Amino acid sequence: MSVGIIMLVHTALGRAEQVARHWAASDCPIVIHVDRSVPSKTYSAFVEALSDVPKLRFCKRHRCEWGTWGLVAASQSASRVMLQEFSEVRHVYLASGSCLPLRPVQELLDYLAARPQTDFIESATTSDVPWTIGGLDEERFTLRFPFSWRKHRYLFDKYVQFQRKIGFRRRIPNGLVPHMGSQWWCLTRQTLSAILEDPERERYDRYFKRVWIPDESYFQTLARQYSRQIESRSLTLSKFDYQGKPHIFYDDHLQLLRRSDCFVARKIWPHANKLYEAFLTDAAGAMKRSEPNPGKIDRIFAKAVERRTRGRPGLYMQSRFPVETRENGLTSAPYSVFHGFAELFENFEPWLARMTGTRVHGHLFAPERIEFSDGQMVMNGALSDSPHLRDYNPRAFLANLIWNTRGERQCFQFGPRDNQKINWHISKDPNAQISVISGSWAVPLFKSNMNFADIRREAARLQQIESKHLEILRSSWTKARVRIWTMAEFIESPMEPLQTIIDEIGPAQTTRGLAEVPQMADLTGFGQFLQNLKNQGMHPYLMGNFPVVQDPQHTQSNPRKPYLVR
Amino acid sequence: MVNPQDDTHRLSRLFMAYRLRWKRRRLLLRAWRKRRQITALCDRSDQIAPDAILCFSTMRNEMLRLPYFLDHHRRLGVGHFLIVDNGSDDGTVEYLRDQPDVSLWQSGASYRLSRFGVDWLTWLQMRHGHGHWCLTLDADELFIYPFHETRPLAALTDWLDDRQIGSMGALMLDMYPKGALAEAEYRPGQDPTEVLQWFDSGNYMIQRQPRLENLWIQGGPRARAFFAKEPRRAPTMGKVPLVKWNRRFAYVSSTHSILPRRLNHVYDEAGGEKLCGVLLHTKFLPIITAKSAEEKQRGEHFANSELYETYYDGLIENPELWCSGSRRYRGWRHLEALGLMSRGLWL
Repeated sequence: MSVGIIMLVHTALGRAEQVARHWAASDCPIVIHVDRSVPSKTYSAFVEALSDVPKLRFCKRHRCEWGTWGLVAASQSASRVMLQEFSEVRHVYLASGSCLPLRPVQELLDYLAARPQTDFIESATTSDVPWTIGGLDEERFTLRFPFSWRKHRYLFDKYVQFQRKIGFRRRIPNGLVPHMGSQWWCLTRQTLSAILEDPERERYDRYFKRVWIPDESYFQTLARQYSRQIESRSLTLSKFDYQGKPHIFYDDHLQLLRRSDCFVARKIWPHANKLYEAFLTDAAGAMKRSEPNPGKIDRIFAKAVERRTRGRPGLYMQSRFPVETRENGLTSAPYSVFHGFAELFENFEPWLARMTGTRVHGHLFAPERIEFSDGQMVMNGALSDSPHLRDYNPRAFLANLIWNTRGERQCFQFGPRDNQKINWHISKDPNAQISVISGSWAVPLFKSNMNFADIRREAARLQQIESKHLEILRSSWTKARVRIWTMAEFIESPMEPLQTIIDEIGPAQTTRGLAEVPQMADLTGFGQFLQNLKNQGMHPYLMGNFPVVQDPQHTQSNPRKPYLVR
Repeated sequence: MVNPQDDTHRLSRLFMAYRLRWKRRRLLLRAWRKRRQITALCDRSDQIAPDAILCFSTMRNEMLRLPYFLDHHRRLGVGHFLIVDNGSDDGTVEYLRDQPDVSLWQSGASYRLSRFGVDWLTWLQMRHGHGHWCLTLDADELFIYPFHETRPLAALTDWLDDRQIGSMGALMLDMYPKGALAEAEYRPGQDPTEVLQWFDSGNYMIQRQPRLENLWIQGGPRARAFFAKEPRRAPTMGKVPLVKWNRRFAYVSSTHSILPRRLNHVYDEAGGEKLCGVLLHTKFLPIITAKSAEEKQRGEHFANSELYETYYDGLIENPELWCSGSRRYRGWRHLEALGLMSRGLWL
């Protein structure tokens, strides 16, 4: 008993010849189908070249275009020749010219000899599998497809739409249940001959000629009628990407293919000399006998599809520039924005860095200079501290910063004095954690040595900018995690919000509460300061209510007492 | 439901496509009119095989870079080089004439007025590029792509052909040494990345150009060191160097953008990553200071050269481009991990 190999050949005839000789060396009968679009001169040269192989036949040629009946017709013709000419054949293995046997042929023969009644053909109902191209699954079997998807896509689509509109449905003959699967199968003589000699075959053929991609459904459906035992998997390792194109293997896949333990792989790049050399020599016999295990390859391929379709979040590059809403994350990692904290606390940045172990920057969007942490002039990725470069494309600046520092959480200060062009981008970013103490921009003014008229003007300007920012943060488009306190609210019990924010940031020693407290600015007289602004006609409201007279007890007892923990 | 906004959008796109069609025709006509500006010094184009991958380039005094430039791209599998020489006097012409796979033309006309050599190359591409994969490069660019060490260009172009993709994008990556530019040492034939080991990995800024629909990428060490005050003038770093050519195609400005504009769609807009490459830019070899002085004087490299005087002055002063944020070049896998390149679905 032996295994017959059917090869469907389109291009790279030289490689096909090499593989055919490899099969022949193990005494496998071979039937080759050559695509009719191959020029007759090339064809006869190919036939001539293989004329010395005894158990090799050529069958009637059909035109094989992707997704058309021709591929099925070719398989039928070749199968008939195989079954008629080689009576010792028990299994018929369908392969293509760009298939490459990965394991010694003898192992395949043994494997199949141990499973004499098993048909290996991937075969699943349409509702069970996700791999459908062009949004057609069940409709593959109920509509008609006279136009080529590759060459006349417009007509193809229009005709499908038209049939849907008029409610056209084909009847599936004899209550067949359509199944689909990989076109590369290995069937037993019993099953294959039953399919070919079926009295109803003409009817089935007529039906499948108008099904879309019949080579993935003809044998897959009919095998279900006759097979005694179906293993619904293909012995050929053949991966398709999300566009329905086969992945191609190159020299650098050698180790990967070795480890797959699969019998045959497709599709191999015809010029992958190393692969052909490695697998078509007997030395490959070193491989252990084991069940095919394409799992690792599956994972790698799934990862590639993920990269092609979803990409790396937060990365903008020459081949990934998503339109708005398709970013799959505006930035690559979570980060924190502290609005108004550095103004209220005197040593906020070093304190935050100590508490959280993150990188804490100053005002990254300050008008004069980008205040990178520790006064750095240039950050990871050679990101410069030039405010002009940043303001030229603030969104790119932020995305770059977060991308370049992957693995280290970034925190930075923000306020109404900074470039506000970034506000929408940050607020729409789910990676952003924004904490706002509104109105604390007044503290530096309160401490400053400016003329009061200037202070008043500046206060009015900052208040207006900040209220616009708060509007954005409160809008329904905001996806960031936003917390807003007025300054009055915040200083009433500052530890609680601080603890919450820090818990959310990270794993550092937070279970026992904060070990250390940031130093709050001395606000004695701040109420009076606000009242003075009011008296001048400027109405500061973002900071909440501050009494004009400070609680005398508080100021007397300890003027700079920090807030205690618990 | 038909959205009226969609309709206007479609109409304006159609109108733009119509205008760009005429622009492309003008560019082709312009190249045709200038065809006599170049004369063949050594035309071996009859040796071009039907499936050969071609490399087009305009150059002037590139004797230092040429040996490695040709070597590198030959190794990748370029079948024939079609080069226009623009008045070299350092032996470039003699050297190129002796190469068996180079066809050489020469022009004494203005580089600037020929749109920086693009008119000449468009003419050559019209005549020799049709149906071939064409790589259009400057002499200071080394093209790399994912798996370039193990898979020849033909593997890449076969794959693109198979998926009916007609062009591939690349980021131009300025390479520089540690220390002052002129102090490095380089001998012809040496791999330039041995001398220019460093690059900027994460300071690129991208905008989408609404007219040609290409990406306008700026950034890198030049933006950081010379254009920190006027970022708009910073050099453009995105290119579309690899195209399956048709005689009706035309590059618009250098190889940054091309018409018809569908060839500019080398990026994914739905969040995915497409296959793309990198052009290692070897501009900052030690001769840069001398060359800058010469270029500044010739005024042939920018349409409005006076605006770039400070840039040239900066380069003539022999600056150091290296900074603490620079990364050392460790091959394409590293570039891919940094997000400067992607294999897309090609694996």
